[in-house]
Amino acid sequence: MTKKVVIIGGGIAGMEAASTLSRMNIDVLLIEKKQQLGGHVGEWDHLFPNFRNAREITRSLLYDLQDKHIKICTSTEITGISKKSGKFEVRTTQQQTFKADSILLSTGFDLFDARKKEEYGYGIYENVITSVDLEQKLKESNVLTMASGVIPKRIAMIHCVGSRDEKSGYFHCSKVCCITAVKQAIEVKQKLPHAEIFCFYMDLRMYGKKFEELYREAQEKWGIQFVRGRLSEAAENMDGSLQIKSEDTLSGRPLKMNVDLMVLMIGMVPSESTTFLGKMLGIHFSEDGFINHDDIHLENNLTNVPGIFTAGTVTSPMTITDTIADARSAALKIATYIS
Amino acid sequence: MTYHHFVIPFNIGVAVLFAIILVKFTIWIVKLEPVDKKLIRKNFFSIKTLEAVKESFMEGLLHRKIFMVNPVLGYMHMSLAFGWFLLIVFGNFQAQFYTRTVIHPPHYPIFFNFFVTSPDEYLFKASFEFLMDLLLLFILTGLMIAITKRFYSRIVGLKKTTRLKFFDRLALGSLWLIFPLRLFAESFTSGIHHNGNFLTGTLGDAFAKFLPVEQLALPAWWGYSIALGAFFIALPYSRYMHIPAEILLIFLRSFGVRTRRNYSSYSDIEVRSCSRCGICIDACQINKSLGMNTIQSVYFLRSIRENNVDDEKLFTCMLCGRCENVCPVGIQLSDLRVTQRTKNGVRNTSSYDFLNPPPYKIADVVYFAGCMTHLTPAIKKSMLKIFDIAGVNYYFMDSDKEACCGRPLILSGHYENAAKLIDYNKKLIKKSKAKVLVTSCPICYKTFKEDYRLDIHVMHHTEYILKLVEVGILLLEKGDSRVVYHDPCELGRGLGIYEEPRILLEKVSRLLPSDDEKENALCCGGSLAGFNLSSAQKNAIRDDALASLMKSNPDKLITSCPLCKKTFSRGTKVQVQDIAELIASSAYVPEKKKISLKPEAEPVPVLS
Ligand SMILES: Cc1cc2nc3c(=O)[nH]c(=O)nc-3n(C[C@H](O)[C@H](O)[C@H](O)COP(=O)(O)OP(=O)(O)OC[C@H]3O[C@@H](n4cnc5c(N)ncnc54)[C@H](O)[C@@H]3O)c2cc1C
Ligand code: SF4
Ligand code: SF4
Ligand code: SF4
Repeated sequence: MTKKVVIIGGGIAGMEAASTLSRMNIDVLLIEKKQQLGGHVGEWDHLFPNFRNAREITRSLLYDLQDKHIKICTSTEITGISKKSGKFEVRTTQQQTFKADSILLSTGFDLFDARKKEEYGYGIYENVITSVDLEQKLKESNVLTMASGVIPKRIAMIHCVGSRDEKSGYFHCSKVCCITAVKQAIEVKQKLPHAEIFCFYMDLRMYGKKFEELYREAQEKWGIQFVRGRLSEAAENMDGSLQIKSEDTLSGRPLKMNVDLMVLMIGMVPSESTTFLGKMLGIHFSEDGFINHDDIHLENNLTNVPGIFTAGTVTSPMTITDTIADARSAALKIATYIS
Repeated sequence: MTYHHFVIPFNIGVAVLFAIILVKFTIWIVKLEPVDKKLIRKNFFSIKTLEAVKESFMEGLLHRKIFMVNPVLGYMHMSLAFGWFLLIVFGNFQAQFYTRTVIHPPHYPIFFNFFVTSPDEYLFKASFEFLMDLLLLFILTGLMIAITKRFYSRIVGLKKTTRLKFFDRLALGSLWLIFPLRLFAESFTSGIHHNGNFLTGTLGDAFAKFLPVEQLALPAWWGYSIALGAFFIALPYSRYMHIPAEILLIFLRSFGVRTRRNYSSYSDIEVRSCSRCGICIDACQINKSLGMNTIQSVYFLRSIRENNVDDEKLFTCMLCGRCENVCPVGIQLSDLRVTQRTKNGVRNTSSYDFLNPPPYKIADVVYFAGCMTHLTPAIKKSMLKIFDIAGVNYYFMDSDKEACCGRPLILSGHYENAAKLIDYNKKLIKKSKAKVLVTSCPICYKTFKEDYRLDIHVMHHTEYILKLVEVGILLLEKGDSRVVYHDPCELGRGLGIYEEPRILLEKVSRLLPSDDEKENALCCGGSLAGFNLSSAQKNAIRDDALASLMKSNPDKLITSCPLCKKTFSRGTKVQVQDIAELIASSAYVPEKKKISLKPEAEPVPVLS
């Protein structure tokens, strides 16, 4: 009898793990709560570090899912999971029950709710948007305007919103937002060559392949300015533009500046749905709220519950490159476990 | 017979006690600040003195407040203090009725049953005898509770409120002995003479059956007198000094004397008035939510007395005022902490030269949002909207967030620096010629009220909005969201504003009750004053407070302080709003008025 794996979460991690498992002749059921597969990547426009169209990624992953070993349930959520003599029983909102030898959690991350950082005025001031809003705008339209329809002259990109911030309750670094800021700044500059763009950062995390190069290009070729300092607050001027306050920690001086548009680089936070499932399954979480690994070096797809594995951003923020690698490694671990 | 040598210890004790208390009181009063002395002179011959007499009676003897918080503890304190007081008063009446003179030596009524054993009749004899036995029994029951409490808490290993020192031990030991010894002395004597009432008479007859009561009586009277003498001599150097100190405190307080910025002689009296009842420990969330019990007021006051105030006690406290709210002695616990911060704080010497006065504006109302409100712009925006809808001619004084109100500096003990900011802001307020100052932040509000000495009306926006509604300038639509209201420490306990927000909320929503309301509201944990608390600790305090507020599953949590809003909104999915936001979204402009709402519209009458 073929073994069966239930994968919860059809983002890129779940998709890649499913196709890898199917190639090893393992039956897979992929459960996704949304209507479509692809997760967050489905919402992005062009990707760092090379401006590749995000649709290429999802399309390619979808293509690999066409296999007789793979069954897909979209618009489906989990209502309960129980474990009996080494087998799992998964119940869903569609009133179905599935048996599984192993479960893969690839439920991903949530975006930080920028309204919780009220001093930046998201949801209060009309010209404050998030990196995700910007991604949508870039995807949908060729021009970028202020709420009034006017072309912005000065734009500030604010790093670490809801990351590395004790006050918001999240200490961790979201890893992708520095480079996303660089990428988006270049994209905006391409659309609005006359705009001045400032990135306010605490540290720049340019650790990935081609990241540092892109950062240099942003400065040298596109004239994007990087200001080291954490924004303390923003206030709205009469005309809807924003006055932002920060300290330039390199020069040690308080800094006030007027900008037309402010983009908040929101972080990746533990997903609520993962917390819910994890509690039900007795899975351990680390202090940052993501799923914990007992052995961070050698067993980074294992949870404390035998038979339950993880892939992708359920365990920490990751780029697409890292998520794909993690999903493949999870598939391999699962295959070893069930045979 | 009216004298026996055994009364000597008692008489010495009484004399020493009165002498020492007299000296202590004199020193305290002489050292009071000149303003305080003026207050005493002004109010001494007034109704205030009578009120103080009443309060001394209610609190010093009846311990009404302790009773209300903890009936068993209250009974214990009351039986000892009030019972003993009555024993002395009625003992004196008894002696007067018997001798038919008013004056007699002080020891005479105390040892009355030793001196008077003849069966002579006098007015109300039986009643007096019954009453005196009853009072003795009353005191003895209280004493039993006190002793049990001391041993019980030792058995269960509870941290006690006090480390006993020599004089405390002496006083406590003698206090425990006084009434049992009186019981024995009176019982032995009545065993010899076959008199005495239901308690001493019955016990006396029983003792006489198997004990040599003739030999035992005199030593028991000696013991009783020595215990009394020892207690009186130890008292001024022991924790029991809180009894006379509290009486003095009550009088001075009713004359208007207070602890102000600096630690004064009055503060010293407050510190000595603490009865170590420990009620403040239970009220403190740092104890309840964090299990930390070293910093609460009772320990803090002890550290002042013992001269070892440390940073932990000074800077961990959130100055939430919950302990002050329940302290039966009414000690100004928060202000005392601030005086010690001022004394022990690190000096910060900024000249504040960087402040350049912004252009001011002549207006009817000055609006001061406050630094915290600038970090919660939804509140600021709502207030500006409310001003606009109501057509108020206002001047947004800190629109550029130039100078802070000074309160955070005061809370950290930097009063001199705060004074510079206060001076700066005062000038701007004066220049605007406004009649009302409105602020959105309770933290600023308190300092505007207490430290600025402004001659205009200072209002928190809850009060101001209610005024606007009452005079009909602001019209509100009733919504159906179910809300629960959190009283901010500074607005509630700090300034007693409990009703205004509730009246407003009733008008625009469905207000649900919550467990810890008004005076008993919990602190959100975000206090600016809790410098030593880590964010994990603050979150733990916040989460407990949230759990209590969310019991009724409200749609929204409403508060009226930007800091509370900020703190809570990070800990819950439920929407947290300032009352100004809810009002701004419920306010509507009547059709007719909309036309007249041009910038050059007539100024609306000033509210004051
Ligand atoms: C603003 C931003 C821009 C980015 N840009 C790039 C980029 O340019 N290049 C790059 O390499 N990386 C980028 N990333 C990172 C990238 O988005 C992640 O690496 C990727 O999304 C991780 O995929 P995942 O499958 O782990 O999680 P997700 O994308 O979060 O997918 C999780 C899926 O699980 C589903 N799910 C959750 N709970 C349940 C449940 N209980 N039942 C069923 N289904 C459930 C969700 O609906 C979702 O479809 C960016 C990230 C951000 C925040
Ligand atoms: S990647 Fe950059 S912006 Fe994102 S959390 Fe880390 S340091 Fe902040
Ligand atoms: S400070 Fe007040 S509440 Fe606390 S122990 Fe002293 S008297 Fe009791
Ligand atoms: S003011 Fe509040 S935090 Fe400080 S000791 Fe009293 S109850 Fe505790």
